[in-house]
Amino acid sequence: MDIAVFLQTCLNATYASSYLALVAVGLVLIFGVMRVVNFAHGELYMAGAYCLFWVFYQNELPFFAGVAVAVLVVAAVGLFLERTMFRPMKDNPLGGLICSIGALLVLQAGAVSLFGVRKKSFAGPYNEAVTLFGVDALTISGQRLVVIAFAVILLGALWAFLRKSRFGWALRAVAQDPEAAALQGISISRISMLAMVLGAALAGAAGALTATIVPTGPYMGHPVIIGAFIVIIVGGLGSLEGAIIASVLYAFTHTFVTTLFDGTIADITGLVLMLIVLVVRPHGLLGKPERA
Amino acid sequence: MMGVVTYAIWLALIALSLAAAALSLDPQLGGPHRRWWWQGLALASAAVLALSPHVVTFSQQELLVFLTINTLVVVSYRLLALTGEFSLGHVVMMGFGAYASALLSKQLAIPVPLSIILAAGLTGLVAFVLAFPLFRMKGFYFLIGSFAAGETIRLLWKAFIGPKGISRIPGVPDIEIGAWEINFWEPVASYYLILVIAAVSIWILWRIEHSHVGLTFHAVHWRDQLAGAVGVNTWRTRTQALVLASFFAGLAGALLAHYITTVNPNRFAVHEMVFVLIWVIVGGTATIWGPIIGLVTLTAINEVLLRDIGYDELRPLFYGVLLVLAMLFLPNGLETLPARLVRHFRRAKLLASQR
Repeated sequence: MDIAVFLQTCLNATYASSYLALVAVGLVLIFGVMRVVNFAHGELYMAGAYCLFWVFYQNELPFFAGVAVAVLVVAAVGLFLERTMFRPMKDNPLGGLICSIGALLVLQAGAVSLFGVRKKSFAGPYNEAVTLFGVDALTISGQRLVVIAFAVILLGALWAFLRKSRFGWALRAVAQDPEAAALQGISISRISMLAMVLGAALAGAAGALTATIVPTGPYMGHPVIIGAFIVIIVGGLGSLEGAIIASVLYAFTHTFVTTLFDGTIADITGLVLMLIVLVVRPHGLLGKPERA
Repeated sequence: MMGVVTYAIWLALIALSLAAAALSLDPQLGGPHRRWWWQGLALASAAVLALSPHVVTFSQQELLVFLTINTLVVVSYRLLALTGEFSLGHVVMMGFGAYASALLSKQLAIPVPLSIILAAGLTGLVAFVLAFPLFRMKGFYFLIGSFAAGETIRLLWKAFIGPKGISRIPGVPDIEIGAWEINFWEPVASYYLILVIAAVSIWILWRIEHSHVGLTFHAVHWRDQLAGAVGVNTWRTRTQALVLASFFAGLAGALLAHYITTVNPNRFAVHEMVFVLIWVIVGGTATIWGPIIGLVTLTAINEVLLRDIGYDELRPLFYGVLLVLAMLFLPNGLETLPARLVRHFRRAKLLASQR
């Protein structure tokens, strides 16, 4: 592997880790507050991508208007899922998860009936290649730079929100100990809604930002959700920092193995990585062991 | 005409399995004649199952073959679910049986009946090996771990055997009894063969559940720490359930491989697993009839009713909505419905007599 290929692969991996982190952090947020693993999260990502397709490509409105619509629409879908499925299933540990599998099928079928089975490929507005630091090997399309920049901004904003705002404090309190939080007068159901809206919005943003880079199709969420699951297990369920670190780790591993061997071997590597973590350290790199 | 007969057969299958569930769940039903009810039910089921392939179209005959194979898949899946663990790797275990039997019979020229049994045994062996890492996990972790293990196995087939899988797998050899020749290329002949194998397997699974081993499955599900405290080896119990369930899944897969004569990795992907999960959850897991009710009802609606109406793209929508509705409003599955109705009528009758 010469140095140019190495640098190029690093850039690709950075891009992959950025949108994966957006999806995985949302998943962790939802799990942390509601103890529900949302299998439909990949489909929320897919819904975001279709929102951009609809606003930006079909209605020819500005790109960022599409991103905003995607965030709002997908957040609303997330809120709907929380109210109709996750809240009624609160006492059943696997119930919410199984319901989210139903939601996954519904969202996929919805996308098929609205937009058809065929994948849509369309160009974004920032397609010209950008050369970083004057090094030829560090060439990346502007569209991917936008994704990386947005991931950094959104995750930074989320971090600030969770650390500095009252809602953020309340959310972290519920994630740590729901009963104690409820005794302090924090409304768990309101915080659950907040977590679901935030998590879904991040997935919608990730979908909208990458819609012009990967072909937009009804089943595009599948590889993303598998990647996100690997990330949240490796990083530790419930740990946001773990999810971000694991996103980078997984994206670099996956991209390099894909470049050196092929995609299937890369998928196997990721899954084996997850299995090893599950066996050796089930609470992940940064998670805390669950109290029995 | 054909259409009416098809609908009648599917309705009869649903009604028979619902009746069986009602009898299993309500010990008072039938009173002193309970035995007769069971015998009548068995006779009626045998008659419907034996006659049905002769009165339907070719595609419906094929559907009956797949239904029989899937029955074995869902009933074996329930055995593992009895210990409280939901696996996302069961369909891959089925695929393992299919691939193993295909390779054994095609590459090593082992006779097909022997290769089917060997493949089922190998699937059980793989499940035994997988139990070591997987049963360090529980609940969600087991679910995701079983998915990872299954998906790894499936991707290994894709990488090393090829994305197109194996084709031209030898079928079950013809049998000649005097002048009577049975050709298993015919769906009807395969249907009877697979029906008998599935029936015997389900009977074995039923015996296992009602044996000492089966009782420990329940104990491990509901009170695993107590079971451990009174000397039940919970790890070994879970492993037994996984190995047995995988053995029969492998058997079902091998039967499928020799019937359709081709296997490929996509046939055993996670979306197929989702269907198995939906059948079992919508049907219920309290009795052996629950998964069968779920499978038969959903297959009937999906493959007969919706196909006739012609909403091919929206069929997953129907599955998704039904899964959510079942979880929200019928968490114990369709199987509890007839027993609940019976209880309702009994109470109404009692109230009326007291008035």
